[in-house]
Amino acid sequence: MTAMDQITSTATNPAQATPLLSVRELSKRYGSHIGCTDISFDLYPGEVMGIVGESGSGKSTLLNCMAGHIAPDTGQVIFETRADGPRDTVTMSEPERRMLGRTDWAFVHQHARDGLRMGVSAGGNVGERLMAVGARHYGDIRAQATDWLDRVEIDPARIDDRPTTFSGGMQQRLQIARNLVTGPRLVFMDEPTGGLDVSVQARLLDLVRGLVRDMGLSAIIVTHDLAVVRLLADRLMVMKSGRVVEAGLTDQVLDDPQHAYSQLLVSSVLQV
Amino acid sequence: MTDQAYNFAYLDEQTKRMIRRAILKGLAIPGYQVPFASREMPMPYGWGTGGVQVSAAVLTPEDTLKVIDQGADDTTNAVSIRSFFERTAGVATTTATDEATVIQTRHRIPEVPLREGQILVYQVPIPEPLRFLEPRESETRKMHSLEEYGLMHVKLYEDISRHGHIATSYAYPVRVEGRYVMDPSPIPKFDNPKLGEMAAIQLFGAGREQRIYALPPYTQVVSLDFEDHPFEASKADQCCGLCGATDSYLDEVIVDDAGGRMFVCSDTDFCTARQAAGHRGQDAA
Repeated sequence: MTAMDQITSTATNPAQATPLLSVRELSKRYGSHIGCTDISFDLYPGEVMGIVGESGSGKSTLLNCMAGHIAPDTGQVIFETRADGPRDTVTMSEPERRMLGRTDWAFVHQHARDGLRMGVSAGGNVGERLMAVGARHYGDIRAQATDWLDRVEIDPARIDDRPTTFSGGMQQRLQIARNLVTGPRLVFMDEPTGGLDVSVQARLLDLVRGLVRDMGLSAIIVTHDLAVVRLLADRLMVMKSGRVVEAGLTDQVLDDPQHAYSQLLVSSVLQV
Repeated sequence: MTDQAYNFAYLDEQTKRMIRRAILKGLAIPGYQVPFASREMPMPYGWGTGGVQVSAAVLTPEDTLKVIDQGADDTTNAVSIRSFFERTAGVATTTATDEATVIQTRHRIPEVPLREGQILVYQVPIPEPLRFLEPRESETRKMHSLEEYGLMHVKLYEDISRHGHIATSYAYPVRVEGRYVMDPSPIPKFDNPKLGEMAAIQLFGAGREQRIYALPPYTQVVSLDFEDHPFEASKADQCCGLCGATDSYLDEVIVDDAGGRMFVCSDTDFCTARQAAGHRGQDAA
């Protein structure tokens, strides 16, 4: 059985698999104000988890805690590492966590500018992670960068252009290419379609869906856009005031919301 | 000769102790940038305030000092720093590389190989090799401590993608003993191979940025490169117009308004010594 088969089979039958990421009673406070509190869930290989909620509900705090950008006050984030099996990334040493951050993890920011080096060409942006893990052959790095630009539907002829000359949608796709080039297993996405117009959004979602399926990625997507989770996510968590108020299969939650807030959220979607 | 109003070599003894401590720490951790409390010197930043403080801290009354600026002993910067130490320390000065025990330099390493017992002091404008890629000091310190040097290669990658080859021709980044990535100060990359395995002590002082770093004798120094674009020490493809040297680093000098130019050794001491030994170039009078 190849690695790819394993990933697909475990995704369809999560009961037998070990979770890729286990979050246990994660809490983060900002003084007396609650960022997020008492969050626990498992994410299995190949699974896409959506986190929805209104602004200020703690979605981004949770995501940043899991990705190691901010330190949670209590709780564990246990990641199934390639080398040593399950490790708590909160208590892991910083070099190890940063190493994970540029190999097995990827983080797609809402604003592409936060995730890209704007003064460096598109090829350099994609190649940076490769060089960070020790690639020292210019021809190989460039070939991989070209390949990835092609995969995210950016004309490879623009490899030497700076991201400042790219449109918003292209910048976002470049950011995705730059993150996926080292073949991560877990992608954190913070509002990946925020600030893009609808047709560009649709194209990006299509692309992300294809990449997730082809590469067998696991992903955690934070968004306030229910359409995005409907399209991408297998499972869904609804957050309100720093707590998870409802969790379940995406279609189940969206079609038959149980919690009052989830009902409000679903009914607030504008119909065309 | 010494002006009695000053302590020996201008700085007070406590300051020199502080700088010597930083130097010793730098020598113990080759390539690591040691912060130090840089003093105001009677010259503007950018004129070698860091180098002058390091020289002042290592000078003894028995030393013989040589100061070069871009290889030359007779340019403003070199002349003023030399007379500064003549006046405040009363040490002997020289222009001959092999007679000097302390050599303060701006942007060159002398052509004559240095020997044990000599100290080469560099003036450094920006000690942080990652600075133009990562503006945050907190982040660059972390990158040094965790050996995250992938970004340095992004700079070289950008060079190749834009120019077809590594176009960085000075301040070419090096890795010291397989650990710290270091900015060798803006010496031409022609001089990079001389940094490694040098018999003399090399000290780097950055006054404005308040950093000192050092290479002890016989340290391994490797210039960064790609496997398919290896490092190459380059110089002008000419020979010196005055002494005919083919293996020294050359300055291009424009001699008239009609596009006339000549190439001369940037190391004036090396060039004069060769001329005294009877070597003549095509433009020699």
